[in-house]
Amino acid sequence: MSRRSYRRTGAGLSQDDSGCLILHADMDAFYASVELIDRPHLRGQPVIVGGGGRSVVLSATYEARRSGVHAAMPMGRARRLCPEAVVIEPDHDRYAEVSRGVMEVFRSVTPLVEPLSLDEAFIDVSGAVRGSGTPSQIAAVIRDRIADEQRIACSVGIAATKFVAKLASAQAKPDGVLVVPRDETVTFLHGLPAGALWGVGEKTEEALRRLGLVTVADIAHTPKATLRRALGDASGAHLHDLAWGLDPRPVIPETVEKSIGGEETFSTDIDDPDVISRELLRLSERVAARTRAAGLVGRTVVIKIRFADFSTITRSRTLPEHTDLARVLHATALALYARLGLDRARLRLVGVRLEGLREASEGHHQMTLDERPLGWREAERAVDRASARFGAGAVRPASLVAQPAATEETARHRRAPRSGDGHGPLRYQARHPYGRE
Amino acid sequence: MKFRVERDALADAVAWAARALPSRPPVPVLAGLLLEADEVGVLRLSSFDYEVSARVEVPAEVIDAGTALVSGKLLADISRSLPSKPVDVTTDGSKVSVTCGSGRFTLLTMPVEEYPTLPVMPDASGTVAGDIFTQAVGQVSIAASRDETLPILTGIRCEIEGDQITLLATDRYRLAMRTLPWHPGDPGQSSVALVRARTLSDVAKALGTSADVTLALTTGGATEMIGFEAGGRRTTSLLVEGDYPKVRALFPDTVATYALVGTQALTDAVKRVALVAERNTPVRLTFTEGLLTLEAGQGEDAQASEAVESTLVGDELSIAFNPQFLLDGLGALNSPLVRLSFTQPTKPAVLSPQTDPEGSDDSSYRYLLMPVRIAG
Repeated sequence: MSRRSYRRTGAGLSQDDSGCLILHADMDAFYASVELIDRPHLRGQPVIVGGGGRSVVLSATYEARRSGVHAAMPMGRARRLCPEAVVIEPDHDRYAEVSRGVMEVFRSVTPLVEPLSLDEAFIDVSGAVRGSGTPSQIAAVIRDRIADEQRIACSVGIAATKFVAKLASAQAKPDGVLVVPRDETVTFLHGLPAGALWGVGEKTEEALRRLGLVTVADIAHTPKATLRRALGDASGAHLHDLAWGLDPRPVIPETVEKSIGGEETFSTDIDDPDVISRELLRLSERVAARTRAAGLVGRTVVIKIRFADFSTITRSRTLPEHTDLARVLHATALALYARLGLDRARLRLVGVRLEGLREASEGHHQMTLDERPLGWREAERAVDRASARFGAGAVRPASLVAQPAATEETARHRRAPRSGDGHGPLRYQARHPYGRE
Repeated sequence: MKFRVERDALADAVAWAARALPSRPPVPVLAGLLLEADEVGVLRLSSFDYEVSARVEVPAEVIDAGTALVSGKLLADISRSLPSKPVDVTTDGSKVSVTCGSGRFTLLTMPVEEYPTLPVMPDASGTVAGDIFTQAVGQVSIAASRDETLPILTGIRCEIEGDQITLLATDRYRLAMRTLPWHPGDPGQSSVALVRARTLSDVAKALGTSADVTLALTTGGATEMIGFEAGGRRTTSLLVEGDYPKVRALFPDTVATYALVGTQALTDAVKRVALVAERNTPVRLTFTEGLLTLEAGQGEDAQASEAVESTLVGDELSIAFNPQFLLDGLGALNSPLVRLSFTQPTKPAVLSPQTDPEGSDDSSYRYLLMPVRIAG
């Protein structure tokens, strides 16, 4: 979501994508596009996402941008520039959800995905080209799948290096693809203003202008030593390299997730502790399953409570040891909830999150004297296997089976085979693990 | 009420009685310490929180007999800070004045008639040597749970069988068991009591300096209670209710491998190696012929290793423990050597004290410790 726009230099480029193994995929007007998913009647109109009062524009549709509105602009100014725009409050949970879907599409191509933010990522397709076609074909698949699955538009830049790919995606917008062929990288770059280079902000740009350096070509043809003197050793040399299209930085996939969580906004505000407990259980099951699927274990359980008046609190507890068990998550979440002593306060949203993640292989477990050789650990792993075969939710706690159809649950029922064929939802119940004879 | 008492006698007595004061009294009078001065020259201090009662008698120069109820915490703080001079205590209307040297304190009183009657000390069941009692309780209480959500495991189980008492405690990760001799009033006595570990530790520490501690137990009645008395101090406690898990069966019947290691050398090595172990990460012990290797830390974290001499009988073995749990057990042994007995790396290990390298272990104390399973 770069605020700057440049004269398009990509128009005359060939479509040769050989040797262009880095993709930069960037959603078009991400927040605004997500808001339009559920408001199709607003398509084609100027729409601004942002809060009220003193907040700033978080995202704007291209229709609004035509009036001069851009991200980070104060809302008041944006409203004056584009008084006909529809203003929508941001829903960050929804953006995160769509973002997850988008990143999943990227990761289905290759694990070498480096997210830069919720809506953009670098993708290294050097491995994927062997099985999935040329970089351009991969980009087309990614754009189609995101349009299909997430119903938003995505632009992709394809180049030999990260920063050129990022420049290319900016020029490809909206809803386009731009290949900067390896051999034409320098030509492409040299037509751009100096400010286009990565790391050149307003201050650096000003310093360059004092040297009479306005375009990337100017920088490229300035001796490195001059740049070093003007900008400092490291950034001077770096800028010179960039101006010649040299950017050795690899795509570093984000492997370690910081936390795994889930939350549920109730369709109507809820004050029934039983319903809240069941929801915490359902979220715990989901978070634990995702944690196990990622091969991780976590130690800090966080609950999030949003009251009917939108005030939000979180409470956390760090466990004696790492876990990936829904049972432990739920017991902890419930204890945290109980300690709030809410006395039937009306809740709008509850969330469960597991933090302090590490690889399960690094974990350890202090066994108990009364531990069964086959316990909850094994039970929950068995549920994972059943879910893999019969669909999520095929086996779940009995208290969730009786739940009056929440929409998501209903969807899961539909995905699972019908109960008539003997594969319907099973109930699992196990004895209390600390049960004594 | 008016009496004079020695400062040290008062401070010790108040400190003892104040042990049983509840931190959050369910009714205000329970925050009070009951002072009773009688004409035969005895000052009696009592406290009670419906579960534990404490009473102590000290000699005093009683001028006027009487009773008063004052804030126990305040009296404890005051008596602890008094200079070493005789202390005069006098009731004055609804107040109690405490004078010592040139210092004078005035305390508010609470209504004595609202104070509950302290439970009657059960009839004596027998006596136990103070030092042995203190040591035994210390060895076992380390394994008791501090998790109030499992009240049964916060207790120490006392099994009396003839002239032997067995103390047991577990927090589900380790189990400590100590057998000690005592002198029962009735040689055929057989009874069981579950006493809160915190209470028993406090009592054992406070009474342990006495040569003999009298134990009094009533079980099977409406109120199940245990009492302890020594040197003018007595305390009673309700028993913890509930069925204690059948833990004795957890001690393995057979031993596949055992090792003998110097207790101090192993303790020091575990402490050093555990410096790199983050909270709750294990130390790994590898026993080979003549050598025990300890390691902690893994992967990209800091790591440490150290080796200590050890005698191994049986197959070589590698096993991991929570370092603090291991140190707790080692610290409770009171013996130059520790015998570590194993069956499998995923089954509990037994620590027992041993003195003679050529002899056998002392079976009066056992510390059963569940290992840590590494990876996954």
